[in-house]
Amino acid sequence: MLFISQLLNGLQLGSIYALVALGYSMVYGIIMLLNFAHGDIIMIGGYIALFSIASGVHPALAVVMAIVGCMLLAMLIEKAAYKPLRSAPRISLLITAIGVSMLLQNVAQLLFGAGARSFPSSSIINAQNLSFGGIQISITAIVTIIVTIISMLVLTFLVQKTKMGKAMRAVSEDLGAAQLMGINVNHVVSFTFAVGAALAGIGAILYCCRYPLVSPTMGSLLGLKAFVAAVLGGIGSIPGAMVGGLAIGLAEVLVTAVGLSAWTDGVVFAILIIVLTFRPTGFFGRSMMEKV
Amino acid sequence: MENQKHISMPVRYGINTTLIVLFLIMGYVLTSSGFTNRAQTSLILQIGIYIILAVSLNVATGYLGQLPLGHAGFMAVGAYSCGIFWKSSLASALPTPISIFLGLVVAGIVAAIFGVLIGIPALRLKGDYLAIITLGFGEIIRVAIINLPSITGGTPGLLGIPKHSNFIVVYLCVVFTIVAIHMMMKSRHGRAILSIRENEIAAESCGINTTYYKVMAFAFSAFFAGIAGGLYAGFQGLLVPKSFDFMASINILVMVVLGGMGSMIGSVIAATVLTALPLLLQSFNTYRMIIYSLLLIIVMIFKPSGLMGMYDFSLSRILERILNRDFPWKKKKGDEVNV
Amino acid sequence: MSKMVPVKQSYSIVPERDYHKSPILEAHHLGIDFGGLTAVDDFNIAIGRTEICGLIGPNGAGKTTVFNLLTKVYQPTRGTILLDGMDTSGFNTVKANQAGIARTFQNIRLFKNLTVLDNVLIGLHNDINCSIPKALLRTPSYWKAEKAAKTKALDLLSIFDMQDLANAEAGSLPYGAQRRLEIVRALATNPKLLLLDEPAAGMNPSETAELMENIRKIRDTFQIAIMLIEHDMNLVMGICEGIAVLSYGKIIAKGTPAEITSNPAVIEAYLGKKEG
Repeated sequence: MLFISQLLNGLQLGSIYALVALGYSMVYGIIMLLNFAHGDIIMIGGYIALFSIASGVHPALAVVMAIVGCMLLAMLIEKAAYKPLRSAPRISLLITAIGVSMLLQNVAQLLFGAGARSFPSSSIINAQNLSFGGIQISITAIVTIIVTIISMLVLTFLVQKTKMGKAMRAVSEDLGAAQLMGINVNHVVSFTFAVGAALAGIGAILYCCRYPLVSPTMGSLLGLKAFVAAVLGGIGSIPGAMVGGLAIGLAEVLVTAVGLSAWTDGVVFAILIIVLTFRPTGFFGRSMMEKV
Repeated sequence: MENQKHISMPVRYGINTTLIVLFLIMGYVLTSSGFTNRAQTSLILQIGIYIILAVSLNVATGYLGQLPLGHAGFMAVGAYSCGIFWKSSLASALPTPISIFLGLVVAGIVAAIFGVLIGIPALRLKGDYLAIITLGFGEIIRVAIINLPSITGGTPGLLGIPKHSNFIVVYLCVVFTIVAIHMMMKSRHGRAILSIRENEIAAESCGINTTYYKVMAFAFSAFFAGIAGGLYAGFQGLLVPKSFDFMASINILVMVVLGGMGSMIGSVIAATVLTALPLLLQSFNTYRMIIYSLLLIIVMIFKPSGLMGMYDFSLSRILERILNRDFPWKKKKGDEVNV
Repeated sequence: MSKMVPVKQSYSIVPERDYHKSPILEAHHLGIDFGGLTAVDDFNIAIGRTEICGLIGPNGAGKTTVFNLLTKVYQPTRGTILLDGMDTSGFNTVKANQAGIARTFQNIRLFKNLTVLDNVLIGLHNDINCSIPKALLRTPSYWKAEKAAKTKALDLLSIFDMQDLANAEAGSLPYGAQRRLEIVRALATNPKLLLLDEPAAGMNPSETAELMENIRKIRDTFQIAIMLIEHDMNLVMGICEGIAVLSYGKIIAKGTPAEITSNPAVIEAYLGKKEG
């Protein structure tokens, strides 16, 4: 009995990781950047939703505002901080991303205070647990999993079937060649950031429904773990992000269930190290061989 | 070319040694005579510790060309081993200088062992994958420290470590670190490390055992981070796991990148400025971190190679230039054709 | 570990030459597949100890892949490589180099941010005898080893008259000089067989003529075998004693320059089949 609700719990957490992981994965696939600021975009999404609900906006509209806000912010960051560095050494880009992450956290701290604020999760999902003969089923968990599956399907359609998706795949294959084929790389990169941020926005709402607290640093560990999920599944792969996210989520719940909750973060990273040591490209990643 | 004046090797070493000793005496007098107040002395010690951290990370980042994000993990390992050693009854039975020395050696060696351990799985990985694996390693260390309170003191911390890190100890460690890294880099081993950064496939075709040198550079880098950790333990007197989190690693990385990856003098300057800066910015404390992060982004956008690029400082080279009246502003004819 | 395999005369490019009696390199039925694609197949060759030979063929024929196989950048799917009679299976690039195969790269791979001298010194890495403790303590043997290496490096640079460029940054050299530096660096590893991947690419005719002289000079001075991939037919025909022609991953002809120029299979591979 306990097993089923724990499983559901793990799937819920894993789904959130998967949503966030996709943002990392897509951005990495396109400009080879480990976008450290992605986790902090989630945090901003959380604050947007929090403040809009608090000021009386309809919850559904607040969700949309959070998602759109995340998208705009991500596009702005890309244009202002990453675009000038597209031909710079990769490490400079990475440091910039770290700088952006620090900036977002500290601006949030300045504006909203360092303390955590409680998130009105009940106004988005009415979190009354269903009970089936002793099994407690959390509606939030069900909603999270369903929303994630829908998002994945939409994303897969977007990447596989649309013109923009084809352009994205071309850019991730070879940015220079894509440019020569007349693809507007700037648009594609912007679009990728926007899509990733939209998923992060959805992730933010779902995360806040599970842990109804918003704080300036909430995104950093969530972001790191989601990135681990992306790497685990194989950077650039949509099913990979899903599998990686679920693996991390289930592992965390499992570790907690056996009474080692203080070790969860350590276990997540240990799994990462072990998997990467034996399969450096993750579950679904393609190996890239340098041409000599 | 023939009538250029050169400073011979013994003279170079003589000049450098004299300067090192003079600086040691000056620093000792200033810090012990009460000329500098407590806050200033502690700032000087912190700068020393961060110089060691930045210079040692520069070995793995600037010279080897990898991107470790877990340097604070090595520092933590060193700090805790050193702290535990200094607190032990063995250390208190020994004469203080010997106990200080042994503690730092233990710190360095334990950290180097961890450096090898993380170096081995990291070998199969490149670039960001390596970055993320070292990040994971740093986090695992932190979680382990929190969860092993019987050894490490857990979240409340390891308390009552003897405050051994005075100016002389820190200064000598800084000199030792810089000299050792310099000596290493100007030998065939250092060149092998650089060749991996420049072009790994070409390095292998030159018969350089890249596996060995990667692990060695990691261990070398970790060794000094461990020493810095030991100094940190003796400086703070107590250790809490939070001091070694991901942001601590990032802080060190920022110093190396801003200073210019591959430039030791760059790391030294950046470590000094960035350690002193928060203190100078104290008056506008609320905006401090915002200014810091904006600075980081701006420097990266406008000078991605860092402040010093790959420039390496050599006093004797500068002296030779002065002797030869060869100043950058006195461009001689034909200089441009030369290369 | 090393097993001697009798040389098959037919593997030699120019069988009647007696230096093929004990070749420096033999490849037997060498082949590699990438996924389902066979890039090189049934590649048999024997190279004499001081032979200069050419590997030519249309673009995409697999010439560089052969070099990558010989230097173990790729592990062959099939076949064996014997270097001086020693089986090199299981070797990696580092070991292959230490066993005596050095190479240059089609797309120049210098240590660009280091000086010309450092590039050559890195080539001399295994020649310098100085342990880490000795280096850290700057013992007299360190100075002796470094000084000897520097002298040797400058000597090697003087082959191409580059000793004055010793302190220049390798990446700042003109294209031709970069190619020459790569050859010097490869020579510094003390090879028995030197593989040159398009050494004359991007050079003007006078530079190419000079390069030809120098390749010959290197062979004569160091008494080593040289195998080169080149599209400049004047160079190939001018210095190679034997030529192998590769097309679609297979050797289609072997022989002296004169034989190759008149071989109908070669002409067909380069120009296509005559219509009707």
